[in-house]
Amino acid sequence: MTAAVFFGCAFIAFGPAFSLFIFTIARDPLRVIILIAGAFFWLLSLLLSSLVWFIAMKASNAEDTKVQTGLLIFGVFFSVLLQEVFRFAYYRLLRKANEGLAAISDEETSPISVQQMAYVAGLGFGIISGAFSMINILSDTLGPGTVGIFGDSQYYFITSALMTLAITLLQIFWGVVFFDGCEKSRWWVIAVVVCLHLLVSGLSLLNPLYEGSLPPVYAITVLMAVWAFFASGGSLHNLSLLFTRKILFVLQLICFVKM
Amino acid sequence: MNTSDSEEDACNERTALVQSESPSLPSYTRQTDPQHGTTEPKRRRHANSDTEAGHAARGGVAAPRERDSGPVPDGEDEELTVKYGAKHVIMLFVPVTLCMVVVVATIKSVSFYTEKNGQQLIYTPFTEDTNSVGQRLLNSVLNTIIMISVIVVMTIFLVVLYKYRCYKFIHGWLILSSLMLLFWFSYMYLGEVFKTYNVAMDYPTVAMIIWNFGAVGMICIHWKGPLQLQQAYLIVISALMALVFIKYLPEWSAWVILGAISVYDLIAVLCPKGPLRMLVETAQERNEPIFPALIYSSTMIWMVGMANPSQASDSADRSADEEVRHSEDVILEREEAEPEVQMHRGQNRSYSAEEELEEDRGVKLGLGDFIFYSVLVGKAAATGGDWNTTLACFVAILIGLCLTLLLLAIFKKALPALPISITFGLVFYFSTDNLVRPFMDNLAAHQYYI
Repeated sequence: MTAAVFFGCAFIAFGPAFSLFIFTIARDPLRVIILIAGAFFWLLSLLLSSLVWFIAMKASNAEDTKVQTGLLIFGVFFSVLLQEVFRFAYYRLLRKANEGLAAISDEETSPISVQQMAYVAGLGFGIISGAFSMINILSDTLGPGTVGIFGDSQYYFITSALMTLAITLLQIFWGVVFFDGCEKSRWWVIAVVVCLHLLVSGLSLLNPLYEGSLPPVYAITVLMAVWAFFASGGSLHNLSLLFTRKILFVLQLICFVKM
Repeated sequence: MNTSDSEEDACNERTALVQSESPSLPSYTRQTDPQHGTTEPKRRRHANSDTEAGHAARGGVAAPRERDSGPVPDGEDEELTVKYGAKHVIMLFVPVTLCMVVVVATIKSVSFYTEKNGQQLIYTPFTEDTNSVGQRLLNSVLNTIIMISVIVVMTIFLVVLYKYRCYKFIHGWLILSSLMLLFWFSYMYLGEVFKTYNVAMDYPTVAMIIWNFGAVGMICIHWKGPLQLQQAYLIVISALMALVFIKYLPEWSAWVILGAISVYDLIAVLCPKGPLRMLVETAQERNEPIFPALIYSSTMIWMVGMANPSQASDSADRSADEEVRHSEDVILEREEAEPEVQMHRGQNRSYSAEEELEEDRGVKLGLGDFIFYSVLVGKAAATGGDWNTTLACFVAILIGLCLTLLLLAIFKKALPALPISITFGLVFYFSTDNLVRPFMDNLAAHQYYI
């Protein structure tokens, strides 16, 4: 497969996450540490769920494909649940660390707020889950082969990349909303996040019927983006301010240039 | 291939984290930002014959430093610890990541380092080409025992040399080993890269490249040089060393050796009679920094000179030799007061304690850490070709390093940097390779997403 496929899929899948990392995380050491620790927690959840799946798989009949597929689906849902459990565990850890940081710092407040930690944790989860889904596929795009030679879909790479992007963004938004729900003790929020995650994974089970999986997943992504925006303190007023400021700024620039 | 010299020196290296001084002694240090251009000419990294006054100053200010330790309150120090803790962690994340990236990139592209053609190091004489699993396991354990005993013997030898002040010997040994690394191994590496990419090259050009690379490297590492260039060279030689290990250590032996060396590191640094601990304590008694030449140092500390000419010759002799240790010691230090003297040492300025409390102290990690971390990740990349395993080991090692630094901030004394990271790395390697890989492969085949 061509370099175009490789670069295209790499940028689709990792472009936003990478730029978010560069612009918001890379400069602050504390955020980098929180990001890597978030990735570590996601890995732990994956490890445990793989262990469970592996045991179940070995205990069952390896020849029976229906059972194996069923076990895989079970593995998917179990992994999602475990991810959310570990997200909660990470939330608790970060809360404790935050209190510690606040106690030790100069101004009696922690250098990082819970909302920022929520975003960074979500990004950590997103990056590592995207990487684990996509990196092997990307390395395959550099090698020889014909896509779909056995009758599978031609669009395997691009849909994988798009799905990875969606999952990464969703993990960020779920992180923000989840932590916010925990902070305000709104347990229904957590339940909704878990259900949405299960729904998204469930939709991915429809692959290779991409019409059934990708558009709904992106719709959910947009909805989650809006929810996360409002959960982290945004409002329509802020948005309007942003636009008017921008317009004002642009107008000033034009006046300045004209002078 | 018999890489005895470099192997010896590899075997010299210990893994230990050392605390240089007690944390409440910031007084006579002033650390400038290494990026700051104007500090360039004043930078003096290593002892050599014309830094006598510098070392005199080092000797000279040790005492007043200790005197001033009293009034510095603990709480303030703790705050500084946490404030700069995250920054120090990142200062180590970056070079460790770079080293691992270099090793993984080489492993994935240059096939030379993954080809096994039966050659082994003399330190691992037992072959793994046996018929039964039990025999193979036994051979790898035997190989490990031999390797670890060689390392132990070398360490003890080194400690003895250091104790009896045979600095010239150590100096010569280290220069020889870094010569080998910088010239021979990099020549081999360059040759293999050219072969992989089928680049036509002539000997005069190669000679010039290697000569320049090696000569600048020797100068940077053993004498003076810009901090970032020196850091880059240390990363490169760690990567080269790790590649040699990856190529020449047999499969199972490598994993067992990694485990065993973490245990050894733990023992050597924490036990009262451990060789590394003795090394650290001896160096602290003499108020000398431990092996500054071949420990990766993230920053440089400056000290305004308090030149004490009477101690000039004594200190010069001492420090000139200790700095060129090519140590595989995993030494993680909270660099409290590495005395570097500014060029204008004629000034006998006294120093106020308050100024230094704001300054960053930097952190050091031994090259052995870099090497073994890279060996772990490189082997994860070499076997199986699965990127998930490599990524998982990478994250595990970084988290281990983070935890180790946290412990260092809490305990404020010499700590081994290998055990936690290598344990996490090994656990993640084996579990990702055997459990997560089939799971993720199945998911990818069906395009299920979790």
